[in-house]
Order: sequence, then C-alpha cells, then structure tokens
Amino acid sequence: MAHEVVLLDFWPSMFGMRVRVALAEKGIKYEYKEEDLRNKSPLLLKMNPIHKKIPVLIHNGKPVCESLVIVQYIDEVWKDKNPFLPSDPYHKAHSRFWADFIEQKVYDTARKIWATKGEEQEVAKKEFIETFKILEGELGEKPFFGGETFGFVDIALITFYSWFYTYETFGNFSIEAECPKIIAWAKRCMQKESVANSLPDQKKIYEFTVWMKKYFGMD
Amino acid sequence: MAEEVFLFGFWGSPFSRRVEMALKLKGIEYKYIDEDFSNKSPSLLKYNPIHKKVPVFVHNGKHLAESLVILEYIDETWKDHPILPKDPYERANARFWAKFIDEKYLSAIWKSCTCEEKEREKAVEEVSELLQFLENELKEQRYFGGETIGLVDIAANIIGYWLEIFEEAFGVELLRKEKFPKLCNWANEFVSVSAIKENIPPRNKLIAFLRNRFGIGNTRHS
Repeated sequence: MAHEVVLLDFWPSMFGMRVRVALAEKGIKYEYKEEDLRNKSPLLLKMNPIHKKIPVLIHNGKPVCESLVIVQYIDEVWKDKNPFLPSDPYHKAHSRFWADFIEQKVYDTARKIWATKGEEQEVAKKEFIETFKILEGELGEKPFFGGETFGFVDIALITFYSWFYTYETFGNFSIEAECPKIIAWAKRCMQKESVANSLPDQKKIYEFTVWMKKYFGMD
Repeated sequence: MAEEVFLFGFWGSPFSRRVEMALKLKGIEYKYIDEDFSNKSPSLLKYNPIHKKVPVFVHNGKHLAESLVILEYIDETWKDHPILPKDPYERANARFWAKFIDEKYLSAIWKSCTCEEKEREKAVEEVSELLQFLENELKEQRYFGGETIGLVDIAANIIGYWLEIFEEAFGVELLRKEKFPKLCNWANEFVSVSAIKENIPPRNKLIAFLRNRFGIGNTRHS
C-alpha cells in the first residue's frame, strides 16, 4: 500500500519529537510541515479541530492527534519493524502505565522550572527530581525502559532530554547530579540515529526559550 | 489455569466502575475489594505505590493501575465482546476520545458544580463546549463504539451516569436534552445495557455522598 505521511509539527516541541523518533525508528518517509503556533495553518485547524495543537500525523489524508496515540498508531500500522511495545499483554500494559505516568507528571512541572521564579520554581524543581528518581527506579539496571530494546516508554521520555539544558540553566541545578542513571540512559538513546536526528540541539532549545520568554513578557 | 482476578475500587468512582463494566461485558469473574479513602488498605498501597489510587487490577498476581490501561489489558487478554476496534485508525480514534474524556471532562464538570457563583456561567459554558464535541462525535451511531459498547462508551461513563448525579447533587444544569439530544439518547441506551446497569452506584447514596463530602456549595435552585 502506498503511504502518504505528513507530520504537522513545531521544532522545539517534545511531543512532536516523539512522533519524529517513531517515524525514524520505522524508517517511514514523510513530509514535515513546520507550524507557526502564533498563526496556525488552516490545515492544522481542520485536522485537529478539538485541540488545535501539534503534532498531527496525517496518514493517507486522515489525521491522528495526541503524540502517544500517534506513536501507538505508527507501531500498529508499521508493525513488522522495530516494535515499540512488547507482545505480552501484561508487559504492554506496564509500558502504557509508565508512558501515562510520564504524561501526567513531567511536562507541567518541567515547564514551571523555566517559566517561574522563587518559591514556585523551587517546588517545581523538587517535584521534577522526585519524578525522575521514580523513573530511575523503574529503569533499574535495564539499558532501556523497554528492556533490551528501545521502546514506547523510551520514546515518551527521551524527547524531554533536549530540554534538559534549559531546565538546568533556568533552575540552576544539575539533573545528572540528582539522577545519573537517567542521563546515562539518555546518552544511550542519543546513540541511536532515530533519536539523534529527531531531537534539536539542547542549546538551540535554550535560545528558543530565552526568546520566547522575552516575546511573551515572561521575564 | 484458573484465573484469579481482583479489583480494588471505590463504589462511587467512575474510574473503578469502568473496569467492572468491562469485566461484566466480557463475563469475567472477579473478587471486588472496596477501599476506604481515609484508610487505604496495605494491599492498595503495595499494588499502586505510585499513585495510591483506585482502581487497581490484579490478574494472577500481576497488578495494574490506571483505568484506561487496565481496560486495554482486559481487552487484549479476554477476547469476548471486544471493546477496541481492530482497525488501527479506529483504535487511534477511540484512544484519542478516551484520553480527551479523562483529561478534560470530570474536572470541568467538577468545576462547574463547585466553583464560586461568579465563575459559574463560564464554567458551565466550558462543559457545554465539551459536551458538544461528544454530541458531534456520536453522529448517527447508537454508541461511540458503533453497534456495541466500546472503550469510549465506557470511558464516557462519567457523562452517561455521573453527570446527572452531579447535576442533582449540586443543582446545576449541564446536559440539556434540547441542546444535546444524541448524547441524552446515548446516556439512556448506555445505562440500560445490563453490564452497565449492574455497575452504577445507587443514585441516592451517591448524591448523599457527594453532598456530604464536598458540601452543597452555594444554594441554588435546580
């Protein structure tokens, strides 16, 4: 079957990056369309009328929204290469649980580290470290959250790594000092081409955040 | 092998009831343990140390938390009465809606019922917008799952039953028949399915519980 795949995305988005990683893992050719979130395209508004957000995967004209829903969709359609989820239902559910944990716990807290100051920022840093220590516990001695191979939970989490320099600089702390296993895991993931080619440079993300804070008067 | 299935839940929680609905639809026998929130059992804390919440599902000693994760596991393990479609695009659509319901609906309903009077109109309008999305998504189908109850119907139990309970407990009108005819129709169909009917908490008990626990708030006329 001929596949026409388009990704509506925004380069610094860790959610968009998840889809880029997933597509690269499966070796899928696609058209990347950069969205200006201050001026959303008619295509984006038509393909994601509910949330009006990126990422949106458009496969043979039909939209799929929400990054982890998209990643699972990619895994189910292109099922013969590099499966992201284990085949055993319990281990699959276990992976979904941890991806959901990442969805619930990481983004809002992490955002507060660069977007706030003072007490609010300190609370956010503390929660961020607690969350990542829990994740370190789940990782244990495994090379990846998926076990021997890179999988769904790894995809859900690794994209935040591109923002680590931003969190550390604004928050004035070292994630490696607090969670060394997470950094070791992240570097292991970054050795994969699919990951390295999908994540922007950490300094670029930082510069973008500095610009964004000025632009929105968040300083 | 004899299956050993346990569910730790709370009688009033739409989340633990979702799991019971799926188990009943598939004809799976299970042992149910009701949790007291003020005194969570050692088992609950052991099986869900991360969130410490219900529902917690245990199958042959293996435990799982988060209702939507549990529902997918149940669907993959017991194949009778599938609740997710086979087609990947339709599966993605079902997951999208289940996630959307989970993230937005209960908190919006909650807010409209318990917020200050001056914020009420805006909060009710937000619920209305959310309900309109579901009204549109139903199209001409009997259920969100098509001809039979599916993942989205079960996830939408909050709207199928709990919404009306909130309306009565707090005296707020949210699901008007003239505005949401399809959704109202769906709710009636939903609660008449025996697997659902057997798994909704008793109405008056739930209303009393909500009023007691969370207060009636500002008195208003229903």
